Amino acid sequence: MSWEPVIGIEVHVELMTASKMFCGCAVAFGGEPNTRVCPTCLGLPGALPVTNRVAIESIMAIGLALECQVSERSVFHRKNYFYADLPKNYQISQFDVPVCHDGHLDIEVDGQTRRIGIERAHMEEDTGKSTHLGAGGRIHAAEGTLLDFNRSGVPLVEVVSRPDLRSASESRVYAQELRSIVAELGVSDARLEEGSIRFDANVSIRPQGEETFGTKVEIKNMNSFRSLERAIAFEIDRQIELVESGGEVIQETRHWDEESGVTHSMRVKEGSSDYRYFTEPDLAPMVMTPEWVAGIRERLPELPADRRARYAAQGLAAETAGVLSALDAGLRRLYDHAVLSGAPPRSAANWITGEVLAWLRKAGVDAREARLDGPGLAELIEMVDDGSVSSSAAKDVLAGVLSGEGRPREVAERRDLLQVRDAGVLDTAVADVLAANPGAVEGFRGGEEKVVGFLVGQVMKATDGRADPRMVNQLLRERMSG
Amino acid sequence: MIATSLSEAGRLLRSGATSAEALLDDALETASRTEAQLHAFLTIDADGAREVARQADADLADGIDRGPLHGIPVALKDNMCTRGVETTAASQILAGYVPPYDATVVARLRNGGAVMVGKTNLDEFAMGSSTENSAYGTTYNPWDLSRVPGGSSGGSAASVAAGSSLLALGSDTGGSIRQPASLCGVVGMKPTYGTVSRYGLIAFASSLDQIGPFTRTVEDSAVALTTIWGYDPLDSTSYQGEYPNPGARLDRGVDGLRIGVVTELSGEGFEPAVEAATTDMVARLEKKGVEVLEVSLPTFDIALSAYYLIAPAEASSNLARFDGIRYGLRVEGATTEELMARTRAEGFGPEVIRRVLLGTYSLSAGYYDAFYGQAQRVRAAIQEDFASAYEQVDVLVSPTSPTVAFDAGARTSDPLAMYLSDICNIPANLAGHPAISVPVGLDEAGLPIGFQVMAPPLGEETMYQVAAEVERLAGFEISPRALEVAT
Repeated sequence: MSWEPVIGIEVHVELMTASKMFCGCAVAFGGEPNTRVCPTCLGLPGALPVTNRVAIESIMAIGLALECQVSERSVFHRKNYFYADLPKNYQISQFDVPVCHDGHLDIEVDGQTRRIGIERAHMEEDTGKSTHLGAGGRIHAAEGTLLDFNRSGVPLVEVVSRPDLRSASESRVYAQELRSIVAELGVSDARLEEGSIRFDANVSIRPQGEETFGTKVEIKNMNSFRSLERAIAFEIDRQIELVESGGEVIQETRHWDEESGVTHSMRVKEGSSDYRYFTEPDLAPMVMTPEWVAGIRERLPELPADRRARYAAQGLAAETAGVLSALDAGLRRLYDHAVLSGAPPRSAANWITGEVLAWLRKAGVDAREARLDGPGLAELIEMVDDGSVSSSAAKDVLAGVLSGEGRPREVAERRDLLQVRDAGVLDTAVADVLAANPGAVEGFRGGEEKVVGFLVGQVMKATDGRADPRMVNQLLRERMSG
Repeated sequence: MIATSLSEAGRLLRSGATSAEALLDDALETASRTEAQLHAFLTIDADGAREVARQADADLADGIDRGPLHGIPVALKDNMCTRGVETTAASQILAGYVPPYDATVVARLRNGGAVMVGKTNLDEFAMGSSTENSAYGTTYNPWDLSRVPGGSSGGSAASVAAGSSLLALGSDTGGSIRQPASLCGVVGMKPTYGTVSRYGLIAFASSLDQIGPFTRTVEDSAVALTTIWGYDPLDSTSYQGEYPNPGARLDRGVDGLRIGVVTELSGEGFEPAVEAATTDMVARLEKKGVEVLEVSLPTFDIALSAYYLIAPAEASSNLARFDGIRYGLRVEGATTEELMARTRAEGFGPEVIRRVLLGTYSLSAGYYDAFYGQAQRVRAAIQEDFASAYEQVDVLVSPTSPTVAFDAGARTSDPLAMYLSDICNIPANLAGHPAISVPVGLDEAGLPIGFQVMAPPLGEETMYQVAAEVERLAGFEISPRALEVAT
């Protein structure tokens, strides 16, 4: 029998607002434990939450970028469960009226566009962090637990996809695309390694053609796109093998172990957990007026998919468009400015995704501080196209420009990289080479085409490589034919 | 007593006839005389209070007048956080807990120059109607030391009645200011929900809790309210619009007003003396020119049931934070779960545990709709009932409590009988409306009877206008007999 995997992904995005979701404490990464805390995010008796308006604007931006509906009115709920790093022993979250709902995200997989439904994007607060001492960091048999509440109350957006994904690789593309959108919006660091964006996947299988869903398993602890893809692929295989050997998938949460490359059971869900959700009485309902939503929509930046489409329309190959689109904003701006200054889009993109990027990475320079601007790149490309410099010399010119030596033409002159295109100078050189190689001339006349290459090489040598090879080629042919 | 009201104390202070320090000495002296019998206070901060009183005197001498509470001895129910002063909510689980911050009302009192004498006793986490649920011992009624002062703000009510403070703050979730005010013969008022900040009030039921004043006069009540209320950005449920002027019409009389007598708040369970005092006061008001209507609010009969689903539900979540992890009592256990469970089992008293269990149950999957959900619908129906009543009348009146102060121990083993103490008070909490209790007389045993005036949201001006007339008509004298006999 052939099986169809059904996958849904929950993405948690930590927002990088100046202050936490419900108090004035700063949002930052790292630092001394319990230094960014106050009565509210420590859950002290009597402390109350106040909603962070910027966080609501951020989730609206995420929702709008995912083509979601923004609720006109939304409320917070309390999700009640006891856990040591959850200071109030309830999390302020959302239940039946999320800020955003019913959107979608289009992803490109194997040249096909797939539309993945977004069920909802809701707002909640993050928990503190537990560090278990001894026992290899596992909670059971730990000698003690340290609690850091710096992260407690950091605004968290949870984006829940519909179960529309059908493979591990599709899931990875979805996650990457979502990450790039969040990064583009500038609402989060979106750094997987710092945990500011986290993924959980719900995986089930069903016989190909079957309508009803199989029993789903939630998998956690994937901290890179690669591990997300691997974990889902492993889980699909595990479930198929299990079912084909007569077993049954049980509803449970499984932990991905990156080192051994397997998922293992964390806890079996007996029915669904009862979080006793009820409306958070400490917070007034949020009202998202049409004007407010429209204002957020207007300020949305160009999203990666739109950008790729624009690049494609400028004539870039799909792959180049993808690579360029994923570069940081400084480099993309360089591309746009170069094109505006007259550079052919393909050349500009090739230079940026190739030489420019390589040089910056090697030098450890941020694109925003690079000494190359759009008109400069356009000038360099023009110099190559009109033969003022050779392609290899152009790389040296670029390095000079990036090192701050001046504009491309200045650098080429100063470094003596301009090609010799003076017909008089070249005539003499060509005449000398022809005189010194009568055999080659004979050969050419006898139909030996390849001697031209040899002769061009000789002229180049005689001019220290600065002659324009195209002009030399032409001159040689004229002389020998004449 | 140097002064029998805070308004009088204010006049004496400003005329130079007394000082804040003398007022404090008077309050502390009264406390030292009565506390052994009453146990109104959990903490008396004599040193801190003296420092503030001296500063208040120095300020007045320098011409700095912080307003009507300047130099006035004030007591606070011990569920309001006070920076540097132990705050326990009368629970073992918060034994020794010292908050690092002031509740907004406390900050407002400080800015107003008030001298905070100490923290008063209450039913644990404000859950109760007799102050017998305190983990630190019962408070007794100054009018009869064998009886309860009511609750949950029994300590605050007893303190004002005894004179160990001229103003005390309480919190009212389901009658916890008005009922003890009634039983102790003082004025107790619950403001419109959202007008007094809850920031720093240890929550019982967030959608119902409201802080309000206990005073010896209606005027004092209006004055105190003016100081403690106002928009607070730290409380998202804080009211942002324009506030009424509570004391604007105290002297205007009641001619031309329409008052509604609530049919449902009489009959079975109401003591004859209480009913008689209420009827008598209504008749006297009628003579002063009010139009009296009998008004029926049928949902009042199910308000108590709705309240005992909503309040415990919110409480079960609000009290989840007391887990032994970060502050307060910790009872060790082999696992974190065991530590939390043991801490809570030992730290909470039986009534708190009862309500947490009730609330957890009513929020549980499968029961939510039948219990919490249904209670919310009743709550909405009560608001509609009120709204249609207020189309006919300006205020609603009733007894504050169906009975006078009952004997200590009489209802401790019968929670339902205890819950019925607040039957007249709960509707105003569910609707978020203001209400006040004014003492109107004594029963044959010499125990105070309170009269309740309810008003629509932000109707404090009219509410106080009627309350002031009730006070004039009653001519009630606060003279807790038991204390005089005892001392």
